[in-house]
Parts: sequence; structure tokens; C-alpha cells
Amino acid sequence: MSAHDHHHGPAKGLSRWLYTTNHKDIGSMYLWFSFAMFLLGGTFALVIRAELFQPGLQFVEPNFFNQMTTMHGLVMVFGAVMPAFVGLANWMIPLMIGAPDMALPRMNNWSFWILPFAFAMLVSTLFMEGGGPNFGWTFYAPLSTTYAPASVTFFIFAVHIMGASSIMGSINVIATILNMRAPGMTLMKMPLFVWTWLITAYLLIAVMPVLAGVVTMMLFDIHFGTSFFSAAGGGDPVLFQHLFWFFGHPEVYIMILPAFGIVSAIIPTFARKRLFGYDSMVYATASIAFLSFIVWAHHMFTVGMPLAGQLFFMYATMLIAVPTGVKVFNWVATMFRGAMTFETPMLFAIAFVVLFTLGGFTGVMLAITPADFQYHDTYFVVAHFHYVLVPGAVFSLMAAAYYWLPKWTGYMYDETLGKLHFWLSFIGVNLLFFPQHFLGLAGMPRRIPDYALQFANFNWISSVGGFLFGFSQLILLFVVIKCIKGGKKATAQVWEGAQGLEWTVPSPAPYHTFETPPDPSLIKAQ
Amino acid sequence: MSNDVTSTNNKKIVKKLLLGVVGMFAFGWALIPLYDVICDITGLNGKTGGRVEVAEAGLLIDEDRQVTVQFMAHHNAEMGWVFEPSVAQVTVRPGEVSVVSYRVTNPRTTLMVGQAIPSVAPNAAAAHLNKIECFCFEEQLLQPGESADMPIRFFVDPNLPASISKLTLSYTLYDITEKSGKAQAVAVR
Repeated sequence: MSAHDHHHGPAKGLSRWLYTTNHKDIGSMYLWFSFAMFLLGGTFALVIRAELFQPGLQFVEPNFFNQMTTMHGLVMVFGAVMPAFVGLANWMIPLMIGAPDMALPRMNNWSFWILPFAFAMLVSTLFMEGGGPNFGWTFYAPLSTTYAPASVTFFIFAVHIMGASSIMGSINVIATILNMRAPGMTLMKMPLFVWTWLITAYLLIAVMPVLAGVVTMMLFDIHFGTSFFSAAGGGDPVLFQHLFWFFGHPEVYIMILPAFGIVSAIIPTFARKRLFGYDSMVYATASIAFLSFIVWAHHMFTVGMPLAGQLFFMYATMLIAVPTGVKVFNWVATMFRGAMTFETPMLFAIAFVVLFTLGGFTGVMLAITPADFQYHDTYFVVAHFHYVLVPGAVFSLMAAAYYWLPKWTGYMYDETLGKLHFWLSFIGVNLLFFPQHFLGLAGMPRRIPDYALQFANFNWISSVGGFLFGFSQLILLFVVIKCIKGGKKATAQVWEGAQGLEWTVPSPAPYHTFETPPDPSLIKAQ
Repeated sequence: MSNDVTSTNNKKIVKKLLLGVVGMFAFGWALIPLYDVICDITGLNGKTGGRVEVAEAGLLIDEDRQVTVQFMAHHNAEMGWVFEPSVAQVTVRPGEVSVVSYRVTNPRTTLMVGQAIPSVAPNAAAAHLNKIECFCFEEQLLQPGESADMPIRFFVDPNLPASISKLTLSYTLYDITEKSGKAQAVAVR
């Protein structure tokens, strides 16, 4: 590239966004896309909660209800949470390590722009004859092969495209982190968000190809007469579950490790102390990533496993609580005796620590094999994974949005509205998911549009919480738009206690940053 | 670091990572045979082995032990055949060869081909149920209205864990008419 290319601003109009190779533009597009998907997936969730508000069938047919649970899961996992983290990686990693851009800017453009097509294809299945995917986001065969609606082929190709996008995104992140760091930015001086993303990217590269393989096998079973998952032809439906969860369990950590990185950036800033136990945080992240590969069968304890297998997967799963505990204690120790203030990002981060830990505890309960036989496929499981994903991953994303919004827009967001958004979300999310623990323990199964009368009260509370949480998110949209339009000017530092290279560039961050590497004296140990 | 060095290094990393992607894709497919091998070795999933060739007279019979073998028959939703074992259960001594048969009838007006898939519960017993002869080793072709008695000759391995005194052999019959070479051969005739 000639020096000339570096010094123009963004192009005008739509072509800026179509052809851009700028990490900030692509990061913004990822974030907007994932927010749109968050609202869409949330709408699907509200259809579910509306139907479950009362026992009986009120609004939708059972088959459409199943399509809603399936699409809600797929859109939230692959459309909202994952692209949002990729967006943050695009925006923040080059700024944090002092790089001028991502390592592979053209591929970066491509990995974003195939996503809208994947989701357009996925969502279009809802309007096809026979309806969209209705087999749950885990798409167990043969429900997703022999008994699937005709639109399943579109679902398969959509998953292929999402997989390709994720793989390209991860290659880009790894190449950037390994190869583009400013002089003086050693691996053990990198901010934890960068570390967690490096490990997440390796996880993605390891498991997304397996997912691609699984859906390809489904495609062959459906259209080419093979029998990978059909017992009639000598295949095995349980094989599907093994393959799926070999992808699926690391996927869970793909959605939470970057969240750990975000919280590890925010808590020190607002506690005005260095992060406690930086090295142990890095090793804990790597341990969790390793363990994620050897625990997959805890999702399928009830398929009929030998005792040795059940014990192995039970103990391996419980072992994950150790590095996770290290992290939680480190966050608490960072806050201990800190000069804490409670701006919106910090509120979300603290809520993350508390509520994610709660979700972690129910995870340990589910890891206990004999107990899992009781809880399997009940609302207890739904409560567990929503606690780690919503006040876990999603709260970390909101914390990140508030934390870096002044850096992105150059203006401070409206703190009053931010706090209002936090408290409504906090109350809403707990009203929504806490009663689901009780529903599950009482025996209410997941993925049903109607239920026995004794579950009515808790479902009523849960639905009220769901609508409160859902509509509260419009406040976030309003705050972001208001912040882009203007407000109090943000300084380069933005937050009094903020540390790191991203706070050494002006706010808003100029279109091109760190074209010459930053002064090594700015790079401090974490 | 100059731009050229950076871009060469980038290419090296991308190559390695792409290799990783291809490797993991291949690993995903390799899990299929791996799964079968593990199930074969351990008997997990209740899968029984193939035909066992033994001299029946040479088998050592454990006179002091009795094991109950129960028989079950299912067919999958589209099959429509009548399929049942001739006896519900037999009591055998480990090492002793027994013969039971399953009766099958095709009530349909069309020729059909079925394939039976065996499964043993508990899983730990699967590797110890040896079949000398079994209809599950072959496809079953039945003309419209035709019936057949399908034999199975088996013995229980004396190494069967002492904790197991009862095991269940279950067959599920699948319609493979469309995929079967046998049906096509008949159709051509």
C-alpha cells in the first residue's frame, strides 16, 4: 500500500460501508448488525413469553412456537452475541495493541458482509411453505433431518456462511494479535480483552469447522441418501449429539471469554486499582479453553453412558469451576478497597460478576450427573444458560458499549438514561429468569407452548419480566443515537482511572490511528 | 517493522491457521469412524459385534450360572410389518449355544425389504452376547403377504460380568426397500 492511501478520510455515502476495510467502520457495522439481531431475537423471545403468559394456547400454533424457540436461539447465539464480540474485537484490539488496523482488512470486510446474507436466508425460512426450522437451536437429528421442514436446507447453508464468517474473523484476530502489536507490547502486557479474544479465536478455529462438518452430514442425509444419523441405514442419532456438543460446548466459552476480558478492563478503571492477579487471569482463561474440549457429554448425560463416562464428564465439568472461581475472586479482589464509582459500565460489570456467578453455580448443579437426570430438559436448564448468557455475555456487551461509547462517538452518553437502562434491565432480567429456576425444579419441560396449571404464577412473573427487559433495550438504542448526535465532549482519557493505549488517542478515535507505533513508554504492565 | 515484513508474517500465520481449519474439518469427519471403533471396543450404545465363528463343541459351559436373555422387537414408524420373537425370554448357561426365532410378516401389497438393527441392554453386556448366526446380518426380502421365521443362534460369553444376570436383546426393523439392491434385483426380473 502506498503512503497516499493512509491519509484520506472515509469515503462518502453507501460505498464507504460496502467497500470499507477500516477496522473502526467494520467494527461499527458488526455492532449495529448484532444490535439489530438482538432486537429481532428478542422479538421472537417476546412471542414465546406472550404465549407462556397463561396456560393454554393463546396466540400461536405449537409448530410456530417451536420455530420461535429455534430462531430465537440461533439468532441470539450466531447473530447477536458472537458478531457483537467480533465488532468489539475489530474496534478495540488494534487500538489496544497499538496497531494501525486489523491484519487482513479485505477479509475483514468480507467476513462482515456475508453475515447479513446468512441471516436474511435464515429468517426468510419463516415465510416458506412448511415454516422455518422448528427443531430447537441444537437441531438434533433425526428431528432436523428425517422430520425437518423443507426449509432446513436454507438453515444448513446459513450455518455454513455464519461459520465461514466466524472462521475468517478469528484468523484475522489471531494474525492481528500475533503480528501487529506495537514494539514493547509483549504478550504478557496485553490487555485481558485482547488475551481472551486470542484464546476465543483459537476456540472458534477449532470448533466451527466441526459444526460445518455436522451440518454437511445433515445435508447429505437429507438430500443424498446417506445415513450418518439415521439408524435405519446403520448410522446413529447419538453420534449427532456427540458431534454437535463437541462444537457446542467450546461455543459456550466463545460467548463468555471475551466478556471476561471486558469486565477485566472495566472493573480496574472504576475501582481505580490495577487488576488483581493479571497472570492468573491469563492462565485461568487458557485452562477454561482447554477444559471446554473435554466436557461436551455433560449435555447428554441421559443418552445412556457407562458409569465411567458419567463420572469423567461430571468431574471434568466441575473442574471448570476452579479457573472460573479464580477469575471471580480476582474481580472481587480488584474492587476490594478500591476507590469505586458506579457509572453505568461499572454497574453492568458488577451485575455481570454477581449474576454470572449465580449462573455458574446452577451450572455446577447441572454437572452433578444424578441431579442432571432430574433437571434435564426442564426450565432449570433454561434458567441456567440464560443467566450466563444474558446477565453474563449480554450485560458485558452493554457494559462495553457504555464504556467505549465516548471513545467511539467523542461525546459522553446520558448517564441518567444509562442508569435507568441498567436498573430496568437488572430488575427485568431477574424477574424474567429467576422464577424459571423454580419452574424447572417443579418439573416444567422446556420448549412447550402450553403447561400444567401449577406453573401459571411463575410463568406470569417471568413474562412480565421478559417484556420489561425487552422494552428496556430501546433505551439503549436511544442513548446510543443521542450520544452519536452530541452531548458533553469526551476527553481522550474519558474515565479518570482508565489505563491502556486506546485512551491515548483523541475522542472520537480518528479514522486512522497508530500509523506510527505508539511511544513504548505508554505501554505499561497491566 | 516494515509493511513488507508484516505482510509476509501475516501470510505465514494465515497459512498455518487455514491448515488448522482444514484439519479440524477433517477431524470432525474422522470422529464418525472413531465413534464406531470406540463403540465396537467398549460395547457402548448396545451395539453387538458381527458373526462369531466358533466350534460349538469346543465352548466351555459355565454350569453354575444362569442368565436370562429377553427378546424384544420394534419396527420403525413406516414399516408396518408384523415382527415378534417366538419366545419372550430364555434362560441359558454362559457358553451354551441357543436358538430362537423371530416371526415376521409383510401385510402390505408391495414387496418390501427390511433390515434389523440389534441393541443390547445393559450396554456392558453387549460385547458378551455372541451371535453365530443372525438375520440381522442380512437384508430381509418379503413378498406381499409373505411370512418367515428368522433364526438367531447365539451364546453368552462366560466372561459376562458377574453383576449381570439378565440382559435384553432388542431388534429394530427398518424399511430399506428403496435403498436395497435386493428389491431392485427383483424388480428387474
